[in-house]
Amino acid sequence: MERKVGIIGVAYSKFGVRNDVNFNELAYESFKEAINSSNIDLKDISFLIVSNVGVWSSEPLPAVSLGEYLGLIGIGTLRVEAACASGSAAIKIAYDMIKSGEHEVIAVIGIEKMNESTTPIVVEMIGRAGNYFWEFENFGLTFPGYYALYATAYMNKYGAKEEDLCEVAIKNHYYGARNPKAHFQKEVTLEECMNSRYVAWPLKLYDCSPISDGSATVILASEDFIRKSGVKEPIWIRSIGASNDTSNLSKRENFLSLKATVEAADKAYKKANIDKDKLTKIFDVIEVHDCFTIAEILACEDLGLFKRGEGYKIIREKQTYIGGMIPVNLSGGLKAKGHPLGATGISMLVELVKQLKYEVEKQRQADIKNGLALAHNVGGTGHYAYVTILSR
Amino acid sequence: MQRIIYDEGIKKLEEFAKENKKILGFPIIPDQKLGTALWVSNREIRIKYIISVEKIKKFFEGLFEGKIYATKCLSCNELYFPPQTECGKCRMENVEWVELSGEGELITFTKIFVKPYSFSHYEDYIIGIAKLKEGINVTAWIEEKDIQKIKIGSKVRLKVTKRLPEEYLTYVITIIE
Repeated sequence: MERKVGIIGVAYSKFGVRNDVNFNELAYESFKEAINSSNIDLKDISFLIVSNVGVWSSEPLPAVSLGEYLGLIGIGTLRVEAACASGSAAIKIAYDMIKSGEHEVIAVIGIEKMNESTTPIVVEMIGRAGNYFWEFENFGLTFPGYYALYATAYMNKYGAKEEDLCEVAIKNHYYGARNPKAHFQKEVTLEECMNSRYVAWPLKLYDCSPISDGSATVILASEDFIRKSGVKEPIWIRSIGASNDTSNLSKRENFLSLKATVEAADKAYKKANIDKDKLTKIFDVIEVHDCFTIAEILACEDLGLFKRGEGYKIIREKQTYIGGMIPVNLSGGLKAKGHPLGATGISMLVELVKQLKYEVEKQRQADIKNGLALAHNVGGTGHYAYVTILSR
Repeated sequence: MQRIIYDEGIKKLEEFAKENKKILGFPIIPDQKLGTALWVSNREIRIKYIISVEKIKKFFEGLFEGKIYATKCLSCNELYFPPQTECGKCRMENVEWVELSGEGELITFTKIFVKPYSFSHYEDYIIGIAKLKEGINVTAWIEEKDIQKIKIGSKVRLKVTKRLPEEYLTYVITIIE
């Protein structure tokens, strides 16, 4: 039995260095707001899914810890890990569980508290998010390093410059500055970006998303529950496409595209009957996985919004701002909103639900014509990819 | 060396916590920016993985002789690097070890400035991926220190080398032209 699955409650916490709250308290911040926005009772929730990568934070059993703190015990829970795409993976599990008819209402909480460890340790642990033995043990790859390998190849092939990468940071900081929950709430100039120090050549500090703490919650419900309980204006999940790729980057065919994104998008478009030739006209707003500036350029091309090698030019022409061909990352993206891994994918859905309902700050509200939005969430360096399509 | 800066940061944190244990009775320190109370954990663990290389011993024997081996599935001819002794495609454990030419060209590279803690005792290092004539790619450090002298498409050769200061055998990409 296939049923529609809707989103009835959303929220994300303030992202940033959240040394003012502990793990559970940070999760509660978004959970409380999401529950309040949904008008449901705690007892309506029949399962709790927690998205968390952990390692750098102290709670080894995050789903159990949150279950106790949030008052969700006796229902069943699990923790999901798909690196930076953990949030979307958690959503997919909840979506399938409701679609199957087993559950009516599921709470999905994404949380990451990366600042419980020192920066060198976080750099170390996230650098291991590839192949431990053949990439990390011997060659000390870092997360910016993996994406830098893509940036070098892309720039060499298509003639993009470091300035072009900075354009992504400039746009995302522009919108981040208009999002009170963003990690960075200040605009940056091309000069500041170009003058920032190299992290992994050719990527500089301003090409990278920060080490963030944050949580995000989405309450999913079945169509039956939504109808019976009289929820007004739910946002529907139209489809979710997922794919994965090799652990070793050396096994990739090229460094110009994340194949997992292309495959995940194809599956999502097919399931939702989306015409791949008209994407920029179909979607009102898109959130893509810009853990690094190069990642946003690759994402736009891999999703099929722009032709190969054209992404950086279109971004340079400011066509991904409001009023352009297609607004991308009006939340500030991972780059400025922040990237608390487990919370990221879920926060993308929170953003898009609010965009579709005209509930975000005026200065970063997209014009909603078709009522369709897309979230693109990558785990690792194209190791996991999820594309989720939402509709009014 | 980045290690010194990293270690100083940790040392300061620990000293601050130790001092406050004497004053407050707890390892509680204020956050540098927010002033909020932070508990500096008294517990610390050391993680060192112990990984089985039994099935790919031949690879290390090869390195000892200055050779770099891959494996090749005898039923579908798939070449595996990193080497693996089971072919996922054929569901067979029927491979032969083949020595790689080591010759190929560079397809991408980066230079790591901000290093992981366990690599912070090295100078900034350059990592590349080379496509060998056999059609497989190999990730390794590039011997050349000047990034300006490295180009995508550069002809390269893999070489067995001793990694210092750890003193173990590994392989490195050398630029030929």
